[in-house]
Amino acid sequence: MNDLRTIALITGVLALLTAATGVGQFLKRHPDRGLDPAAVRTFNLRIRGWWILCTVLAAAFWLGTTATVVLFGLVSFWALREFITLTPTRKGDHRALFWVFFAFTPLHYVLVGLDRYDIFSVFLPVYATLFVLARVAFAGDYKRFLERTAKIQAGLVVCVYCLSFAPALLQLPIEGSETVGRSANFRLLFFLILLVQFADCMQYVWSRMLGRRLVAASVSSNRTWEGLLGSATSTALLAAALWWAAPPFQPWQAALAGLVVATMGFAGGMTMSAIKRDRGVKDYGTLVVGHGGVLDRIDSICFAAPVFYHITLLVTGARP
Amino acid sequence: MSRAEQLPQPLSIWIVNPFDDIPGEGLPPLRYWTLARVLAGASVRWIASQPDTCQRIYFANHTSHLDALVVWSSLPQPVREVTRPVAAKDYWSRGLVRRWLAQEVFDAILIDRTDIKVHQSPVDLMLREAGTSHSLIVFPEGSRSVSGEIGEFKSGLYYLAKKRPDIELIPVHIDNLNRVLPRGEFLPVPLLSCISFGPPMWLERGEAKLDFLDRARRAVLALKE
Repeated sequence: MNDLRTIALITGVLALLTAATGVGQFLKRHPDRGLDPAAVRTFNLRIRGWWILCTVLAAAFWLGTTATVVLFGLVSFWALREFITLTPTRKGDHRALFWVFFAFTPLHYVLVGLDRYDIFSVFLPVYATLFVLARVAFAGDYKRFLERTAKIQAGLVVCVYCLSFAPALLQLPIEGSETVGRSANFRLLFFLILLVQFADCMQYVWSRMLGRRLVAASVSSNRTWEGLLGSATSTALLAAALWWAAPPFQPWQAALAGLVVATMGFAGGMTMSAIKRDRGVKDYGTLVVGHGGVLDRIDSICFAAPVFYHITLLVTGARP
Repeated sequence: MSRAEQLPQPLSIWIVNPFDDIPGEGLPPLRYWTLARVLAGASVRWIASQPDTCQRIYFANHTSHLDALVVWSSLPQPVREVTRPVAAKDYWSRGLVRRWLAQEVFDAILIDRTDIKVHQSPVDLMLREAGTSHSLIVFPEGSRSVSGEIGEFKSGLYYLAKKRPDIELIPVHIDNLNRVLPRGEFLPVPLLSCISFGPPMWLERGEAKLDFLDRARRAVLALKE
């Protein structure tokens, strides 16, 4: 039963990606259709990104829980690297940053891998925060102290703590997780990633079609209230239609999860835009010309993962 | 030579992948320069310029002890083989690891900053070591800047250019490495950095020393964007 659902999910995603690739290639070969070639190029790049994402996820899932946790850990590390690179720090922050990168981030993922929710849920927001505050104070540079420590803490929470709730889904005791390989848990994680990606797309599509009222023109010139509403509704509908893939959910619960995931993803995109605007860059990968950064890809999932995790907890009544 | 050369010519800015110059199939073997580049997260840009094995002098702003290692390792392999960084003897001859790195890995020309004699000027030493085939990486500021700003260039670059007017001078801008390993720190923080190589320049006929040094400094600054 469980494996049938996995096979159905994989087949569906593969069919969708293949169809999208076909459409993209068709549009590329026929530039006379009156479509903006830049939009077609963006569309094709997006699809290539999804193929890569699906391949990497499939490989990690096939290797098991530990491999998936390690994969997310590496993504967090790289995202934090981009975050701190674009955040002005002073020399007095150097030692604190060293520990943040090489001790707190890896240790947090070790705790996630060991399924120690009791410790990892406070490790970064409490202990790492206290450490950063104290270490920067010990370094003796008090200039704009709160501002500097807040920047490091924001980076840790968004890039590391929040993202780690995605692989933590693999450890939740849900119906079907006693089967070998925890295929139900992997489906739950994939469900989350699918919803986030879908919500991102729908936001773009709805904003393009109906977008009138910008949420905050100074922060983002393409995120509209219509886009948010449309994306939340479409994502809720998709989630309800796919409820069978996500083990603990009834259709209405899946729809609610979809609604919240879309809204949180939107909030994540807005937040990262605000930071980028402040730093005057277009994307986090700006140091590598022509490539978006890792952080641009994962901002929505960072915001959606913890909320999705706790919704699952509420629905199942499970204790982590 | 490298992937950069296969890219379309009109593209004046392109990216060199950290792994592009390692031949063979499958995963690239982990080598020291790959490691250095991954650790420093360096992306490499050639702006209106191309990697070449002809004799050159790369001159860069000096921000960190990692500078020589990272600039050297961001060159494609054939270029790297004929390029020797010029580094401070007092730093690079201390300790087993540093000495090994300087001697065995990037074959540095070590300059004694404390003991400069008239008959043994660093410029002569550099040119003798470079011979007729080797390129050099030099840091004309002489020492690492404290503020992160690019300081005035010392006259060494002028005398190098004057004695060997045939060598191309390539400006190099190093961005963000001072945050990876600031002055006085010994543990690096893995931030991303960027190395930009600019178009070649030469000493103009009759150009005054200060004018030339200022022009060279502005060439490095221009790569900052």
